[in-house]
Amino acid sequence: MKSPLISATIITIGVSACVTAASNEEISSKAAAMLKSSFKANGQATLDRLDQDATQHLCSEFAGKAPPRDVAQKIEALNLATVKYPTDGNLLGDWKNGEKIAQEGRGKQFSDDPAGPVGGNCYACHQLSPQELSYGTIGPSLYQFGKLRGYGPETQRYAYGKIYNPDAYAACSNMPRFGHNGILSEQQIKDVTALLMDPASPVNR
Amino acid sequence: MILRAERRELGSCRAASLILTQSACVLALSFCVTACALAQTSAVDEIAKYRAALQDGNPAELWEARGEDLWKQKRGPKQVSLEGCDLGLGPGIVKGAYTRLPMYFADADRVMDLETRLVWCMVTLQAYNESQAKKQPFGNGERKSDIEALVAFVTSTSRGMPMNVALKHPKEVEMYQAGEKIFSYRGGPHDFGCVTCHADEGKRIRLQDLPNLTTREGAQKAYTTWPAYRVSQGELRSFEWRLYDCFRQQRFPELLFGSDASIALTLYLARNANGAIFDAPAIKR
Repeated sequence: MKSPLISATIITIGVSACVTAASNEEISSKAAAMLKSSFKANGQATLDRLDQDATQHLCSEFAGKAPPRDVAQKIEALNLATVKYPTDGNLLGDWKNGEKIAQEGRGKQFSDDPAGPVGGNCYACHQLSPQELSYGTIGPSLYQFGKLRGYGPETQRYAYGKIYNPDAYAACSNMPRFGHNGILSEQQIKDVTALLMDPASPVNR
Repeated sequence: MILRAERRELGSCRAASLILTQSACVLALSFCVTACALAQTSAVDEIAKYRAALQDGNPAELWEARGEDLWKQKRGPKQVSLEGCDLGLGPGIVKGAYTRLPMYFADADRVMDLETRLVWCMVTLQAYNESQAKKQPFGNGERKSDIEALVAFVTSTSRGMPMNVALKHPKEVEMYQAGEKIFSYRGGPHDFGCVTCHADEGKRIRLQDLPNLTTREGAQKAYTTWPAYRVSQGELRSFEWRLYDCFRQQRFPELLFGSDASIALTLYLARNANGAIFDAPAIKR
C-alpha cells in the first residue's frame, strides 16, 4: 500500500522541484511584468524608473548579498568604465557645501519638488562629522576618512570615483551611483569629496 | 521622523530668517521669531503627544471603533452591511481572518490581501463602483480613510492569534515567488530595492532601526506590528500604506493600491511571519 504512495510523492516532489528549478528566469520575468502593472507615474517619478540597467538586473539576483566573484568583477569593470573625472583636474570643492549635501535627504522622490534641492543624504547611512549624532549604519563610518587614509591624489581620486559610481569598487553596493545616475552634479560631488578629504573638514578634525 | 521633521522646519526657518534680516524689517524679524518658535513648539508637541499616547493607550482604538461601525452599517447603493463579506473563513467571520491573508479567493480568481478583499466586498455586496471604493485608501488629515478604519477593525480581532498563511493554491505559490523577487528588485535613480535597507542585521537609517525582513525572526517581528497608529502622522496606517511609502522613499513611481506587487510583497512577508503571534494595531513613532 505504501510504496505506490511514496513513489507518487517522490515523482510529485521531483516534478515540482524541476518546475521550480527550471523557472527561476520565468519567475523573475513574471515579477518584472507584475511591477510594470503595479505602479503609476507621479511627477518626476516616471514608469521608466522600473526599467533596470545591466547592473541593477544582475544585482537583483543575489537578494541583497554579495554576488559571486566572477559576476562581481564583471559589474565592477562595467561601472569603472563610466567614472568621469572633472576636466579641470580639481577634485576638491567646498566641504561646507559638502556637509549640507550630506545632510539633505530630499530629491527624486515623487513627493519632492522637482525644482527643489537634491542631496546625497549621506548621514542616512554613514557617520561623517562627529557633531552629527543622527547617522545611520547601513554604510561604514567615514569619520576621519582622509586623516586615516592620507590626503594624497590617489585617495582623492578614489573618494570622488566612489561617490560617482560605488559599483566600480564594490559590485552591488547599497550606495547610489550619484554621478553615473545623475543624482548629484560634478560640483556637488567635488563638495562631498572635500567633506571627506579636506584636512579642515570636521570629518578629519 | 520627529527629529527629521524638526530639522527640516528649523532649516527652513534659518533660510527664512536670512532673507528677512536682509530686508532689515523689525516686523518681519518678529514674524520669523514667532514662526521658528512655532516650528519648535510643533515638534515638542509631537513628542508630548507621543508620550501621552503611549501612556493612555493606543489611538488606533478610534479607528477600530469607526471600522466596526462601517462594517455593520448598511451602506452603498444596495444599503447592505459588510457582515456578509467573506474574508476567507466564510461570510461574516472576522476573527482570525487576517492571520490567513493574503490568500486565493475562487470567486475573484485572484490572490487578495485584506485591503483588496474589502474593496471586493464593497463592490460586490454594497454595489459601490471600484473607483468609489478605492478613492481614499489612506487617510490624509481631515479626510479619513474608510479602508484604514476597516483594516483596523478586522485586524484587531486577530490580536493574540498566530500567523497562519498557507501556500496551497498554485496562484498563492506564484504570488509568493513573485514577492520574493520583487523584494530583491533594484531600480530607479538610486538603485534601491527592499533589500537595500532590509536584508541585514542590526542596521539603522539615521537613528531609526531597520528590521531584517529576509529572516524569519525579522519578518515575524515587523509583520505582526502592522497596521499601526503612527504618532508622527496622527493616522492609522495599513500594510499597503507601509509598502506605498517605502517605494516612495526608494524613488520608485507610485505604487497602485490593491496592485499585484503590493499583494505579492504582503504575501511574501506574511507567510515568512507564520507562527508569530499577531499583535496589532500597534503604535509606532
